[in-house]
Amino acid sequence: MSDQKEAFVFNDEMEAKAQNYLARYPKDRSASAVMPFLDLAQRQNGGWLSQAGMDYVADRLGLAPIRVYEVATFYSMYKLKPIGKVHVQVCTTTPCWLRGSDDVVGACKDVLGIGMGETTEDGKFSLAEVECLGACVNAPLIQVGDDYYEDLDATSAKALLEAFKRGDEVKPGPQVDRQTSAPVGGAKTLTHVEQG
Amino acid sequence: MPTLSIDGIEVTVEAGQTVLQACEAAGVEVPRFCYHDRLEIAGNCRMCLVEMEGGPPKPIASCAMPAGDNMVIKTNTPAVKKAREGVMEFLLINHPLDCPICDQGGECDLQDQSMAYGKDHSRYTEVKRAVKDKNLGPLVKTTMTRCIHCTRCVRFITDVAGVEELGAVFRGEHTEIGTYVEAALTSELQGNLIDLCPVGALTSKPYAFTARPWELRHTETIDVHDAVGSNVRVDTRGRQVMRVLPLLNEDINEEWISDKTRFACDGLAKRRLDAVYVKQEGKLQQSDWDTGFDAIRDRLDGVDGSKIAAIAGDLACAESMTALKDLMTALGSANIDCRQDGAKIGTGARGGYLFNTTIAGIENADFCLLVGTDPRHEASILNARLRKRYLQGGFTIYSVGAELDATFPVTELGAGSDVLADIIAGRHDVCSQMVKSTRGMIIVGQSALARADGAQVLAGLKAIAEKTDMVTSDWNGFNVLHNAAARVAGLDLGLVPGEGGMDVAGMQAAGAKGDLDVVFLLGADEIDTNAFGDAFVVYIGSHGDNGAHHADVILPAAAYTEKPGTYVNTEGRVQRAERATFPPGDGREDWTILRALSERLGQTLSYDSLPELRARMVEIAPQLAAIDEIAASDWGDFGTAGDLSSDDLALADTDYYLSNPVCRASDTMAECSDLKLNTAEGATGTHG
Repeated sequence: MSDQKEAFVFNDEMEAKAQNYLARYPKDRSASAVMPFLDLAQRQNGGWLSQAGMDYVADRLGLAPIRVYEVATFYSMYKLKPIGKVHVQVCTTTPCWLRGSDDVVGACKDVLGIGMGETTEDGKFSLAEVECLGACVNAPLIQVGDDYYEDLDATSAKALLEAFKRGDEVKPGPQVDRQTSAPVGGAKTLTHVEQG
Repeated sequence: MPTLSIDGIEVTVEAGQTVLQACEAAGVEVPRFCYHDRLEIAGNCRMCLVEMEGGPPKPIASCAMPAGDNMVIKTNTPAVKKAREGVMEFLLINHPLDCPICDQGGECDLQDQSMAYGKDHSRYTEVKRAVKDKNLGPLVKTTMTRCIHCTRCVRFITDVAGVEELGAVFRGEHTEIGTYVEAALTSELQGNLIDLCPVGALTSKPYAFTARPWELRHTETIDVHDAVGSNVRVDTRGRQVMRVLPLLNEDINEEWISDKTRFACDGLAKRRLDAVYVKQEGKLQQSDWDTGFDAIRDRLDGVDGSKIAAIAGDLACAESMTALKDLMTALGSANIDCRQDGAKIGTGARGGYLFNTTIAGIENADFCLLVGTDPRHEASILNARLRKRYLQGGFTIYSVGAELDATFPVTELGAGSDVLADIIAGRHDVCSQMVKSTRGMIIVGQSALARADGAQVLAGLKAIAEKTDMVTSDWNGFNVLHNAAARVAGLDLGLVPGEGGMDVAGMQAAGAKGDLDVVFLLGADEIDTNAFGDAFVVYIGSHGDNGAHHADVILPAAAYTEKPGTYVNTEGRVQRAERATFPPGDGREDWTILRALSERLGQTLSYDSLPELRARMVEIAPQLAAIDEIAASDWGDFGTAGDLSSDDLALADTDYYLSNPVCRASDTMAECSDLKLNTAEGATGTHG
């Protein structure tokens, strides 16, 4: 719910993607593209959906605006208010919590100086608590944008956020010595191939 | 046709019906909130749980379960009782205990079903959620904390009303019903949300905190705000009409009524004429019946019948029009008209001025051509039937005339009179569709017929309807849509100029030239009364509206809720309205005024009682004898063959909310009209 009234139109990049999504559905079922369209609108609009954006999606898909508002308000991943450029989403569901997500949350609050659901004054960071991100094998983790930063503890979480503050590139994935979800420190089994 | 057992009762239902409908057929009551037989099935309140033998080991939602052959359904087992109590307990968790200050109290589904199916106490001690109220405009009041999210309102406004403006936003515990972006609803059927809401979340704003249902006296009657003839229940307390509710009539309004029908009732208590007024020294002075009648007698003395005229208004009942016609005949005048808008109809066969397909018949049509009509605003209930038919599929709708804001897709063919001429001549592309359709309809509105070439439009459409086989032995697709409740009865009774007589336009022209001496207006307010020049105007009516402003004598009459009367709707269906209350002050039923006046004029009408008058009415128009029926109407010559004028087909510039004297006296309707105008001009919500 915003005061943003200016017109919203997909830019060329989003329009190309939009056409791709539209092609996936029969012509008279284009309403099915509402979720990807909202996602595109959100990406173009700096991470949140303005009313103009939602109205534009409704218009593009031949839907009544309220049908689009219903979808946009239902899913927590559509943001209806402006959020920080770096949207830090900490998973606190049971596996992450068992593996120390409380420490990660604490680190985030310390470094950013804001609480859950808040945005820093400079508008750069937003912090949110989210439910299971489905990467429990690398718990605990943080999602920033489209990337996961995994296997965190208080120290590595702090380092990660400091890096973001400085604007450094950080490699997504495990923040410990680990390839994706393989064992820490390299292979533990099948370390050699037996001949014969 | 599945046969199933409900609590041991064998019942056979039509294929596709649900278990809940089967229970109803077996006479077994199943509580429900979200299910409504005219809306799509949602299955989200869970109140209708029943047990199915051999089914899943849990109760089933009977509203969403199709009835199957050999099903064994139980609604009276301990498991069902427990399930209902459980659902009820959950529904009440967040429902406030504010029944004593809730307008729904006394007629609330939640209250009733909680009494019948709920537990006697609550185990819930936590805090209830609160939801901000939404502003849906001047008609529907919201108390959203009371909402149980049955979504009946969302389904109604989407499917029946055809304006997608309500939705369920957010989710789970935080779900709210609303418009998301604050805006007033734009449907002219929104009042029905109040009836549909099973709790007190949506209630009537104008009626808020004014009465309790058990204080009201109910009168079943007929609505006159449009020519549909919706069946309504008028609720009165003392002599004031407190509210108007719909009554079920499958052939006409199903169970809906338009907002004008429902909310204009406050106009019945305002701007009323409650005394006789006589113009003395250029000013209207309060007077009495004797003086009023004497003034008319003195003025009529020695006046030739050709200089006397009468116009019947849009809300007049058949009884008063009978008396008016008889009086004019007695005075030797042929100058009588009931067509205030100047529509060129009523001469010729009866089929030439009726909605022959009938409203329920729309559901059998497969093609529709609208000519100079905006059904959404001229007959909202009929429009809802068109939309219902559209939703069933296989129904194409075209329109000739001004662009419409319709609630279904309409192919606009343009407003040019050449388009209509092409259609009539069979040259237009749409004609092939008309030929192809097996049950095609043409609906022609008053705006097209009130043109100078109205008779030619009528004849042309008749010809093309016949040529494209829209009129056969078992189907008549030729329809005239009226706006005035009085019109069809007026035409049936022959309230059109007799031989050498003048119509409304003729009377006005004669008045301007000084060739007209006396004009009787029977509730005629939709005309320019200035145009009668120096003629002596006698106004018989209920409201101090246009007609009364230039009157020389005002005789106060009864409004439609204050007299028994006969009305014929646009289909030609004859219906009886009943008296719900009495006219204020000196007001009298219209026909008794005419009867008393006739005696003073030495031309006493031949009836002294309503039954006698009705006998006379039926003598003139035998089709008025069959109440609640549509007499078989003749199909013969009507209209006048000829070329059309070159003017575009425009819609009459009528404000939907202010179309008759009762609406114009209503504060609620004024507010709706303001809102609509301001929204159209893009004003903000802070206006006013």
